[in-house]
Amino acid sequence: MINGSVMTRPISLKLLWSPDEALFFRITVIKVFLVGIILGVAGVLAGLHYVPAVDQHREASIIAVKPNGGNTEMFHVKVPVDRIMIGASGQASPLPIGMVWPDEPRISDARVELFKLRNARDAVVGVATRLATNDSEIGDLIEWALHLPARGTVLVKMSPQPMDGNRRVGELTAGTREFGPLIGSMSERWVAEPTNSEDASSGRIELQMSFVSTNGHTRGEEVAE
Amino acid sequence: MKYQMTLLLGLLTGAAIAIGFLFYNPLPGQTSLSPLSVSDRQQIILNYSAVSEDSIILTNDDESRAGIYSRVHPLLRYWQTRKRHPDKVLQLWEESISQTDILVTELRDGRNESAGIGIKFSSRSERTRVLNGTALIDSAWYIYLPGQGTLLIEQSENHWSLIREVVIPAHWSSGDNWRGTWHGTISDGPGALGTGRVYGSSGLFGGLESDAIETLTAKAYSADVGPISMEGQLTIEMISGDDDSGESYE
Repeated sequence: MINGSVMTRPISLKLLWSPDEALFFRITVIKVFLVGIILGVAGVLAGLHYVPAVDQHREASIIAVKPNGGNTEMFHVKVPVDRIMIGASGQASPLPIGMVWPDEPRISDARVELFKLRNARDAVVGVATRLATNDSEIGDLIEWALHLPARGTVLVKMSPQPMDGNRRVGELTAGTREFGPLIGSMSERWVAEPTNSEDASSGRIELQMSFVSTNGHTRGEEVAE
Repeated sequence: MKYQMTLLLGLLTGAAIAIGFLFYNPLPGQTSLSPLSVSDRQQIILNYSAVSEDSIILTNDDESRAGIYSRVHPLLRYWQTRKRHPDKVLQLWEESISQTDILVTELRDGRNESAGIGIKFSSRSERTRVLNGTALIDSAWYIYLPGQGTLLIEQSENHWSLIREVVIPAHWSSGDNWRGTWHGTISDGPGALGTGRVYGSSGLFGGLESDAIETLTAKAYSADVGPISMEGQLTIEMISGDDDSGESYE
């Protein structure tokens, strides 16, 4: 018998449900559990599909169209704030502090610099390295490699001799991804900082890239996706 | 309430099954045989240490921008465990380069003698798809070999096997480290056979276009500081005198 005092205590399902109702409950629980498993699997798969593991930040490219065709894009490096490394033999105070440059005679004439690279809006868009060497076998060599994470890498071989004053011009010799189908040239120019800074090495390196696309008919055409 | 708890339990079980399947899925296996191993062309072998302290410099974002997602996501966690070297090196904290590593290292030839300087830019690739078993890095090597010239190597690298077989076990280990022997090819394109593309620029390499493969051999890895014992090897295929170009790179 169920009286009022018993109703306040937990009641077994067996007392309320018939055997059929209890079986129905168990089957429903199992169905809900299975639906949960399916939803869990689907949720993880959908999440991994739609939520990108990597999302590169992009700055809008600032490209100007030249009157005679082709495009130009300006980059610059602020010296010394953007300089990451100066790799050269015999430095009294290496940059960065604590760096040990290899004591190897074959690279004693090489100077490798590493910079952060900025666009015309002064936003950092990538990194760049500049190699200058007087190699006994291959002669004077100056090259830039510009790496823009969201766009690709471009390699530029500069003329060892400046064209006029402190301006040097070079040719795009290789490019990856977005830079793959581009041909053209790049100039570098040192602009001293017009401030009252006492640091004589303070200024900026201006890099002006002039290029046209070959529509994938040369460097980029062998590259399979 | 009982139905809701059951549904929640089912969801968690389903999520665990899906993650387990992705982790143990044998389909995205590591390529064990290098496509260049069957080539009869001359090859240049360049070795380097992938350990931070052995590099000339190694710099990256160094967890300055790492949120909670980065701490739990195994891929992001892996990419951020490479310790900067030296400690005072400028950090790549700006948003557009915060997912990029720069490695400057001395390259050694097959006789373990200095061969030149290599600068590697590695950026996480947006083509990464965990569902497909890919953890991709878009990398570019700029290499200067004194007396020979300069070249650029473009690669898409897949680090999935390394993460699955070395990095995650290191995180699961009670000592937060992994020891063993792991060897794999990380090059995954853009060449049709999974090779990287080589563009020669100066010296003997001027005008060269060929293929390259990069492999890693890991023996010890720490969940805190990254590789403890890890060697990298670049195999660069050269065009011999028998090829159409008529150039020789002896």
